[in-house]
Amino acid sequence: MIGPGQVPLISLVGVTKRFGTGEAAFQALKGVNLDILRGDFMAVMGPSGSGKSTTMNILGCLDVPSSGSFVFQGHHIENLGRDQRALLRRRHLGFVFQGFNLLARTSALENVELPLLYRGEDKRARHTMAMAALDKVGLAPWARHTPAELSGGQQQRVAIARAIVTEPAVLLADEPTGNLDSERSIEIMELLTDLNRNSGITVLMVTHEPEMASYARTIVHFRDGMVDRIERKAA
Amino acid sequence: MTGTSASTRLIATSALLAVRAIRRHVLRSFLTVLGIVIGVFAVVTMVTLGKGASRSVHDEVSGLGANVLTVLPGTAPGRGGGGEAPPPFKLEDVDAIRDQIGGVTAVAAQAQVSATAVFNAANWQTTVNGADNAYLDAQNWAVTAGRRFTGDEEKAGKSICLVGSTVAKNLYANQSPLGTTLRLGSISCTVVGALATRGQGGFGQDNDDAVIMPIKAVQRRLTGNREIRAIIVGADPAYDSKDIQQSIAALLRERRNIRSGKLDDFTIFDSKQIADTLASITGTLTAIVSAVAAISLLVGGIGIMNIMLVSVTERTREIGIRLAIGALGHEVMLQFLVEAVVLSCVGGLIGLVLALGASIGLSRLLDLPFVFDPLTNLTAFAFSGLIGVIFGYFPARRAASLNPIEALRHE
Repeated sequence: MIGPGQVPLISLVGVTKRFGTGEAAFQALKGVNLDILRGDFMAVMGPSGSGKSTTMNILGCLDVPSSGSFVFQGHHIENLGRDQRALLRRRHLGFVFQGFNLLARTSALENVELPLLYRGEDKRARHTMAMAALDKVGLAPWARHTPAELSGGQQQRVAIARAIVTEPAVLLADEPTGNLDSERSIEIMELLTDLNRNSGITVLMVTHEPEMASYARTIVHFRDGMVDRIERKAA
Repeated sequence: MTGTSASTRLIATSALLAVRAIRRHVLRSFLTVLGIVIGVFAVVTMVTLGKGASRSVHDEVSGLGANVLTVLPGTAPGRGGGGEAPPPFKLEDVDAIRDQIGGVTAVAAQAQVSATAVFNAANWQTTVNGADNAYLDAQNWAVTAGRRFTGDEEKAGKSICLVGSTVAKNLYANQSPLGTTLRLGSISCTVVGALATRGQGGFGQDNDDAVIMPIKAVQRRLTGNREIRAIIVGADPAYDSKDIQQSIAALLRERRNIRSGKLDDFTIFDSKQIADTLASITGTLTAIVSAVAAISLLVGGIGIMNIMLVSVTERTREIGIRLAIGALGHEVMLQFLVEAVVLSCVGGLIGLVLALGASIGLSRLLDLPFVFDPLTNLTAFAFSGLIGVIFGYFPARRAASLNPIEALRHE
């Protein structure tokens, strides 16, 4: 339960999302209220079409709500433009995807350096920070390898290194273990748990698997475009 | 951070990303720019060869001497006429031109006959020109060894001659012709001088394949008549050769009793006019061929746009990743635009290098001077860059406007 003195890192109030117009219109979110605390590890669950992906896209500043408010670190950002949202992603958010989404034929190091390039870091700083991030996920010796030369688990760890290299406040993971076997999945979950506990990164993760969700501190269940229930584990 | 350094950094970043993207797809990049390579290559080679040809024409004409008018009896081919052969010129015509026309530097009568020249065992079929020193003056034709005729020798019609370099080469090899006795048909003459090499004439004939004798000697001993087959007039470059040409025509019409309304029964060739005509033909041909070649540049540009559009579709996911991790729309756009420009500039450079090699080789093969024109090369290079901007813009804008969510979902 949220204590009275705690200000949430992210707060969604009455968020709706409607796709399309007229007959073909589809109401994906019907008023989502959700507070996310700094340092939380939240799993988002729910059947397909329940609105969890739409919510994640909004939380990731990739999409905007049709109505309602979205407060991030005390700022209203539901009405930000395309470029402002991009700058927000660049500074505060890290993304991990189900399909890894690394640049092909590009070394792990260059992949991890990519966000730093857009932040305008110079060559030396890029290299130092990227190597540190790769070291954090245990892949420093693989820095020169391209994705094709890495296993699925290794690729996902490179993707995590890319997401955390900018030291974001929030890491958004969309089914990060969806393409991995259970052993690799556990490695990834342990890595995310470690980043959450020891680096203080707030982790938001969409998953289908209760086993993976069990690593999270908070589990949010979506149903029919609304938050159905929230489970919070005792610390 | 100032605005300038920020945008410099942005362009530097785009260039880095573009070069990486090109390196990742070397073969595809090469195929993309092949059109530009061929276009630049074709245009620059054609223009360079064309300039060489113009230069060659120009050089030949300046080799002919300042400006030479050649007056021949008869109408120019193609102008009809026909009928009885027009009368040859008389010595008085030559004097009249010299005395009555302004702006002429030298006027010379010429009698001409073909003869076999024999020296020792060697023989050579050549042209014997009966002329005098004015003939050399009119054409700026120098004597490189020995001497010219003296006034007395001209008046007496002595059996002496000057040999052109082609004749000297074929009859004397490396030996000096001076003082030797050369047989010309049935007569013999003493060689007193050797003439400078003048090269090809405006009609492709070899000007150096000639022997010059005093005109009286030729008339008396070779042609057996007093006919003058041509009048050679040197024109002062300060005067308009067209005016001189008209004055001579008017004078000759009067002297030859041609009634007004009748066509001239003689023709005046102007070396400058011939040169100008040749130069303008060469220039026109160069322009036409270059225009055809320029079309391939355009096609090359469309090729770049084509591949860039395919590339944007193919790299939709990559663009989605870039946008998701915080790339701004205009950063993605700039990356693709820079990629197109870098590609087309590299293509242009390759084309220039190939064109340089081909122009040097072809110039040698076609016996043309190689003229390296920095402006042509620079223009072609700048144009290839411009093509990159124009044809890269549309694909780049498409890339920048992608929705990151949909781009990431793209398979």
